[in-house]
Amino acid sequence: MEMIRARELVYEYEQRDDEGNVIGMNRALDEIELDVRPGQFVAILGHNGSGKSTLAKHMNAILVPTGGTMWVNGRDTKDPRELMSVRQSAGMVFQNPDNQIIGTIVEEDVGFGPENLGVPTEEIWRRVEDGLKSVGMLEYRTHSPNKLSGGQKQRVAIAGVIAMEPECIVLDEPTAMLDPVGRKEVLRTVQELRKRKNVTVILITHYMEEAIDADAVYVMEGGHVVMQGTPREIFSRVDELKRYRLDVPQVTMLAEELRKGGLDIPKGILRREELVQAICRLS
Amino acid sequence: MSIKLEHVNYIYSAGTAYEKHALKDVSLEILPGQFVGIIGHTGSGKSTLIQHLNGLVKASSGAIYYNGENIYADGYDMKGLRSQVGLVFQYPEHQLFEEDVLSDVCFGPKNQGLSKEECEKRAREALELVGFPEKQYHQSPFELSGGQKRRAAIAGVLAMRPKVLVLDEPTAGLDPAGRDDILDQVRYLHDQTGMTVVLVSHSMEDVARYVERIIVMNRGEKMLDGAVREVFSHYKELEQVGLAAPQVTYVMHDLQERGLPVETAATTVEEAAAEILRVLRHGKRSDT
Repeated sequence: MEMIRARELVYEYEQRDDEGNVIGMNRALDEIELDVRPGQFVAILGHNGSGKSTLAKHMNAILVPTGGTMWVNGRDTKDPRELMSVRQSAGMVFQNPDNQIIGTIVEEDVGFGPENLGVPTEEIWRRVEDGLKSVGMLEYRTHSPNKLSGGQKQRVAIAGVIAMEPECIVLDEPTAMLDPVGRKEVLRTVQELRKRKNVTVILITHYMEEAIDADAVYVMEGGHVVMQGTPREIFSRVDELKRYRLDVPQVTMLAEELRKGGLDIPKGILRREELVQAICRLS
Repeated sequence: MSIKLEHVNYIYSAGTAYEKHALKDVSLEILPGQFVGIIGHTGSGKSTLIQHLNGLVKASSGAIYYNGENIYADGYDMKGLRSQVGLVFQYPEHQLFEEDVLSDVCFGPKNQGLSKEECEKRAREALELVGFPEKQYHQSPFELSGGQKRRAAIAGVLAMRPKVLVLDEPTAGLDPAGRDDILDQVRYLHDQTGMTVVLVSHSMEDVARYVERIIVMNRGEKMLDGAVREVFSHYKELEQVGLAAPQVTYVMHDLQERGLPVETAATTVEEAAAEILRVLRHGKRSDT
């Protein structure tokens, strides 16, 4: 069974004028088909306003389809009786950590989720510690979240989701505010969770480099999925990506420039090591 | 138009359990017309540092001079300083609030006490500088796309006609084309008006492409300060403090380690491509 499955998923909302009269419908998602298997790492790319976040919000029933169906772990998100199980299956991490942190002390914030699930106290503490450890924030457990930098807050928010032990984590631009090592840490954390607990990961990002380890990449534009494939397939289509206001990893771009300069370098290079080997073969 | 910091310290929540030394003995000078990048790990003091530049945060000790004048001196015109040094915060679009874009951009000059006509003139000028389309001037700022909102917010600061523009991660959350648009526009501003620009960024690739000088902050201290290539040649030290060099710089180092006689100083795709092509072509010629 798929962890996330969408069939002909449509999301429309009313467009209103200044007086509040409906003047039309806006179709934010148009006939989306999506299949994510348990344990998969899927990256979703697309420019601002392409529908990525709207899609993400369907994955834990913050939004429900106005047409078609979305299943999370086999449960129809439109069914109100499934709401709690859907949300327990898929945890969300948003872009802005300030909107997600509610506790006055870091460990309290991380424990909020499991506490609401009715997890026994001792187990809550174990999960809080585990969550904070996996995002490298254990030493801040007794700090006030207000005193943390944006990046640190985001790691606390991720720890809070990890503490709920969901089967699937949906991250909506989680690294937009982090420094390079912070970005790596978050991605490594997510990868480890995936390996250790077979957690499914859906990553929405504007940083192309973060998608190179994904099992599958989806590119969205105007509410449609316009490209779909492995990172290598997707990132070898440089011009097409640029048309969708996207980019390719810097290493891929360098490979592309070298090919244009007449060097015999294969398409779709994603990693430093691959590029270095390809260049050294020529010298 | 220089800004000079001398031995600036900033300690917050002094005397409590959360006391933090956010800036430690920072001395630096930003010269007129420079395009300076500030990088540092999260919590390194970057944002605290730039909030000192227009007097928004007052140093616990040390001195700051704007054009040679001590900004902490009695009777110093702090309001004047704030219109000379324009600060664009992270996610500045969260601060948009007026009914339409034009009124929002007028807010700054209005507070400077300028006439309605003058405010509007400056607002239009600022919107034009950031490449904001005129047909959207009377649209609600909340209906704009992410990139357009950010342009409008930056215009709001430019409308005060600052001599120094300080941007705190202006591209956070934007798609790749949106990032390029904003930074190209900032570079255009810098080149056209000679404005001093201070850019705080987490993207080493962006910093490498746009700025001429980089200041590296670490745990509240100034760790490095120099030209782009110079700073990124310390990539190993940068990694230890949560940063990195641009990806292409690593490629150049890897190639050199494998025995390819490339210069490793490249920090942009174009520089790296040119250097690799130069070495490979030269190599082939010498074979024949």
